[in-house]
Amino acid sequence: MEKFISHTGTGVPLRRSNVDTDQIIPAVYLKRVTRSGFEDGLFSAWRSDPEFVLNQEAFKKGTVLVAGPDFGTGSSREHAVWALQNYGFKAVISSRFADIFRGNSLKGGLLTVIIPQDEVEKLWAKIESEPTTEITVDLDSRTVTYADVSLNFELDDYTRWRLMEGLDDIGLTLAQSDSIDAFESKRSTLKPATLPIRA
Amino acid sequence: MGKTLAEKIWAEHIVRSAEGEPDLLYIDLHLIHEVTSPQAFDGLRLTGRKVRRPDLTIATEDHNVPTLDILKPIADPVSKLQVDTLRNNCKEFGVRLHSLGDVDQGVVHVVGPQLGVTQPGMTIVCGDSHTSTHGAFGAIAFGIGTSEVEHVLATQTLSSRRPKTMAINVNGKLKPGVTAKDLILAIIAKIGTGGGQGYILEYRGEAIRELSMEGRMTVCNMSIEAGARAGLIAPDQKTFDYIKGKPHAPEDFESAVAYWSTLFTDADAKFDVEVEIDGDALEPFVTWGTNPGQGLPLSANVPSPSDFSSETDQVAAKNALEYMGLTPGTPLKEVKIDTVFLGSCTNGRIEDLRAAADIVKGKKIASTLRMLVVPGSERVRQQAMSEGLDKVFADAGAEWRNAGCSMCLGMNPDQLAVGERSASTSNRNFEGRQGKGGRTHLVSPQVAAATALRGTLSSPADL
Repeated sequence: MEKFISHTGTGVPLRRSNVDTDQIIPAVYLKRVTRSGFEDGLFSAWRSDPEFVLNQEAFKKGTVLVAGPDFGTGSSREHAVWALQNYGFKAVISSRFADIFRGNSLKGGLLTVIIPQDEVEKLWAKIESEPTTEITVDLDSRTVTYADVSLNFELDDYTRWRLMEGLDDIGLTLAQSDSIDAFESKRSTLKPATLPIRA
Repeated sequence: MGKTLAEKIWAEHIVRSAEGEPDLLYIDLHLIHEVTSPQAFDGLRLTGRKVRRPDLTIATEDHNVPTLDILKPIADPVSKLQVDTLRNNCKEFGVRLHSLGDVDQGVVHVVGPQLGVTQPGMTIVCGDSHTSTHGAFGAIAFGIGTSEVEHVLATQTLSSRRPKTMAINVNGKLKPGVTAKDLILAIIAKIGTGGGQGYILEYRGEAIRELSMEGRMTVCNMSIEAGARAGLIAPDQKTFDYIKGKPHAPEDFESAVAYWSTLFTDADAKFDVEVEIDGDALEPFVTWGTNPGQGLPLSANVPSPSDFSSETDQVAAKNALEYMGLTPGTPLKEVKIDTVFLGSCTNGRIEDLRAAADIVKGKKIASTLRMLVVPGSERVRQQAMSEGLDKVFADAGAEWRNAGCSMCLGMNPDQLAVGERSASTSNRNFEGRQGKGGRTHLVSPQVAAATALRGTLSSPADL
């Protein structure tokens, strides 16, 4: 995974709450067996509308999505994270994220940043009036800064360290193989197994 | 102080915990399907890793598969490639797979319980958010993304922080005609689509104890629609009876029951949050909007954005009404339906099909609509056919299909057309969920059946 330390880019205001993963990428786009190429499905239903924010010239180069509360509800599809990344987004800012989406984003290196809703409103107003406003999301200091505003956000130390080092979880866990072996040696024999097959 | 059920199960599965780090949690069962696994298997191949425990892993084909002509090659080449990829991956890595045509093919969350591999006290994951279904057996079960699928394949563990706990106490008894689906829709409407974020829900109280295992699965299934990754119900005699005789039921059943009987929330345990629901007061419920929290009793009228207090909710309601093509003040029972979908991991089990068949038996569905009946698994389909339910539905004018996720998510050819309106026993009424431009009202199987007969949203009491 690529290291994430700090990112500066312009914002895209998405004034909607409850943006579910079927809006981020509909199921018909999930048939691919690769991790790339999902950008064409991103917000596909809304992109046919010329007024949609991603179709507005001022926001075409944005890399920081600023969304309403409860972003990423619904399905566990990690394709939603890939679609945002494939399109070019590096970070998503919202006042609330759905649990699975947030877990997927932080595993995959898309930084999801939580700030209060009133701060989201102010950020929307700023980037709508001045779309070239640069937003910096800095993991080292755990801050979002734009214009003369600086906001702290919370992210646990472990996740921050993993993202800043670009470490993948599987490698970290496999270093704990002895603990897994030890757990399995004591595991209850009452638990079911799928093999051998019983009819 | 005592522990909640979720805390007990979590603690039993900790492989390693360290200050400031997520717990490393052992996973007892990993369910796989074609859509969220190909990139995970690719990852294993790239790194030369194996599936650590193929004997705790099981796969089926459900999300994108057709429900007609299932023994012919899949017509959509992209779907076919995805299914072929699953078949090749399972073969290469030694994973058990139930393919189209096999009696245990079907929606992954119907297949686990029917095989008896879903049992109390387990940790169960799947690359699908409705994995919460298995919580009905007193298991911690939750959906994961593809990166985590790869992690579980390689290590049989997950790195995760324990969610907080929330009790949903459903007091009293549900009235006749009020179902598990109405109950969970009412719970979601009460706590909101984000209300459960960060929590494991435990459903408790008399009304929950009274539910059948199928009903409990319906309730736990939709925990995710309230924002909770997992929801569970303490096991009891109904749970044990359900598992007994299933292919993978424990051989030493008595010892298993002795262990399962320890799985309850201690009397002095404390939940982080408790929510009270008055079960007696509930009525058949239906959604009017584009998220599962936008629901009302079927006897109500379409709301107006001004009925909501926060600006966010007002905007959401306005957008939803516009998308749904509904006018505030219209009685929900006057909303005309084009398609009725009976099926899904929420309501595609045998009890659901029986309940709907009871209502349509000897009658004809309205000439203005179509009704799709999609059993949750091939085993459910065969059971239903042995009871003659396929004939009941066909005689009423409904289409009897093969098993799969089907119109729940519109990934296979079973989709709504632009502007088409459904009454659906599935779990999500998101914009375009059942097909681009399609409009979804979530309902129980009983309401679906009554709606099919009358042509407008209806409960059996309206017949």
